[in-house]
Amino acid sequence: MSTIQRDPEDRVQVLDEDGNLVGEPPDLDEETLVDIYRDMKLARHFDERAVSLQRQGRMGTYPPLSGQEGAQIGSAYALADDDWMVPSYREHGAAVVRGLPLKQTLLYWMGYEAGNDVPADANILPVAVPIASQIPHAAGLAWSWKLQGNEDTAGICYFGDGATSEGDFHEGMNFAGVYDVPMVFFCNNNQWAISVPRERQTASETLAQKAHAYGFEGVQVDGMDPLAVYKVTQDALEKARNPDEDQPRPTMIEAVQYRFGAHTTADDPTVYRDEEEVERWKAKDPIPRLEAYLRSEGILDDDAVAEIEETIERQVDDAIDAAESEPRPEPEEMFEHVYADLPPELRDQRDEFVATVDRHGKDAFLEEE
Amino acid sequence: MSETQNLTLVQAVRDGLATEMELDDDVVALGQDIGANGGVFRATQGLQDEFGEQRVIDTPLAESGIVGSAIGLAVGGMKPVPEIQFSGFMYPGFDQIVSHMARYRTRSRSRFSLPMVLRAPYGGGIRAPESHSDSKETFYSHEAGLKVVMPSTPYDTKGLLISAIRDPDPVVFLEPKLIYRAFREDVPEEAYEVPIGEAAVRREGADVSVFTYGAMTRPTLEAAETLAEEGVDVEVVDLRTVSPMDREAVVESFKKTGRAVVVHEAPRNGGLAGEITALLQEEALVYQEAPIERVTGFDVPVPLYAMEDYYLPNAARVEDGIREAVEF
Repeated sequence: MSTIQRDPEDRVQVLDEDGNLVGEPPDLDEETLVDIYRDMKLARHFDERAVSLQRQGRMGTYPPLSGQEGAQIGSAYALADDDWMVPSYREHGAAVVRGLPLKQTLLYWMGYEAGNDVPADANILPVAVPIASQIPHAAGLAWSWKLQGNEDTAGICYFGDGATSEGDFHEGMNFAGVYDVPMVFFCNNNQWAISVPRERQTASETLAQKAHAYGFEGVQVDGMDPLAVYKVTQDALEKARNPDEDQPRPTMIEAVQYRFGAHTTADDPTVYRDEEEVERWKAKDPIPRLEAYLRSEGILDDDAVAEIEETIERQVDDAIDAAESEPRPEPEEMFEHVYADLPPELRDQRDEFVATVDRHGKDAFLEEE
Repeated sequence: MSETQNLTLVQAVRDGLATEMELDDDVVALGQDIGANGGVFRATQGLQDEFGEQRVIDTPLAESGIVGSAIGLAVGGMKPVPEIQFSGFMYPGFDQIVSHMARYRTRSRSRFSLPMVLRAPYGGGIRAPESHSDSKETFYSHEAGLKVVMPSTPYDTKGLLISAIRDPDPVVFLEPKLIYRAFREDVPEEAYEVPIGEAAVRREGADVSVFTYGAMTRPTLEAAETLAEEGVDVEVVDLRTVSPMDREAVVESFKKTGRAVVVHEAPRNGGLAGEITALLQEEALVYQEAPIERVTGFDVPVPLYAMEDYYLPNAARVEDGIREAVEF
């Protein structure tokens, strides 16, 4: 496992910006390499369609991920089937890898509670919107495995560069260190917390070095290099499960990357950053980078790429159709899932409201969209 | 016939925890100074010796970390009972309580429930420093997804704590530290449940209903006894659970007496006395014979202890409130 790379030019990398091999590639078969490529393309295409849906008024505020596919897909592929993923709110790409249907992500951002239905076999915790608040959960979840004597399971917790300024980052990381839990803390450093640049979040030279304060290892990786991300994450997960003697289980990975788009569709990044900077980072785009490598290895050709593009376009089309066909939830659904058993007062509120809606008709309540 | 022990309220907390930990390996206690030290109020005394460091866990000094990691433990299948040393220190963990503990079931569409009990001693009257005397139960009763329990007797404390631990939903368990050691009661050694959401009539009466809970139950009963000598027959209803409140018991008592006083040490503005008053207006207006009196803490920060006796409702203020209600 690498130690902290203080020189940003020297962070863990497998592929250079042109897709040339510059480090030892991870041990992945051709099929998996193509799958990683396919899922990155899927995440990018989904993202573009989602932004477009929002612009057309067919979806609410949405947080785009373009530029971050290498970090999301590369890290999610490193997880074992029984491992858990603790997301923030931008990990639509990683979630697909873990088995969350695209339809669910669309529904969630379309304002449907049903979007939070996660398949029973998908080991994903719910979306956490308050920044860094999921980090203590990740520490506690991994701690539960340890207390229960489960030594096979590990997890990954995603958060952004801004999250490292929050108290919950400190408290969660500190608990993870103290109780030595099998969790990988994966920081998607995309350089911008809405409009605040990375250098304003902290005077620390790197984010990864913060891990040292909690007694475990931190590592910087080129977050736009999916193979480097996979490798580093896999090493960290392996260490979480089977640490050497006196080696702490947790790791913090700082995946250095860039969000090409806005923080959310409600944000206008041209107000706070230069197009020149965006273009500079776009040269590091993880997708053409992996594609160039796979082509040079003879794993991918024009036909295969065309087939992949056709498949993912259809997949996203189908997901959008399915999400847009979802019936509007009934008003009483608001009262479900609040308690295991609805208290009498809430039952009364529900019944009264249902009667009110029946009396006036739903149209009296629903605003034009 | 089960054996009993004569316990104080804080001993009943300890006994409730120990009893349920004995029965259920998933129950773990965590918090600051709860292990070797046994808790600053000794609510977990000896538990670490009995159950080990894997089940009675000293944590770093970090309230958000305690609540947040307990949420993770619960998601992982355990039944954590985190302790916050004083309820006035719950605020660093407030986001975890409100944004996650209360909403995890909703957000996960019931895939995950959080069978956790967040314990904290609350309230004034023990001559403590600043920030140690708050009674802010409405912060939590205002939050859908939480249950809020505030016991007033050793027997109820053990039974309610066991119910809270067994409850599939998260419970905020606020313990009246003023009466942690005020009196003893016979408490069964075995496990038993006092149901969450059920009030108890502590004293039956025909003239006026006084609704209260937690540490204020004692001065209320004291006032009731004093007034009984004057021929005023006071009914005292101890809510025991402030959310979900036993609205039926409140309304039933009021229908009988037509007069009501609500007593709590929390500030008046936005307090539960207002909620109870509104409930009675909605459900039993035609029974009402007098304005509903509120005897509460004032809308000021809890003062330092040279003045706290003036802040807390006492038997004299409760008596006055009851007189107002019956003499109208």
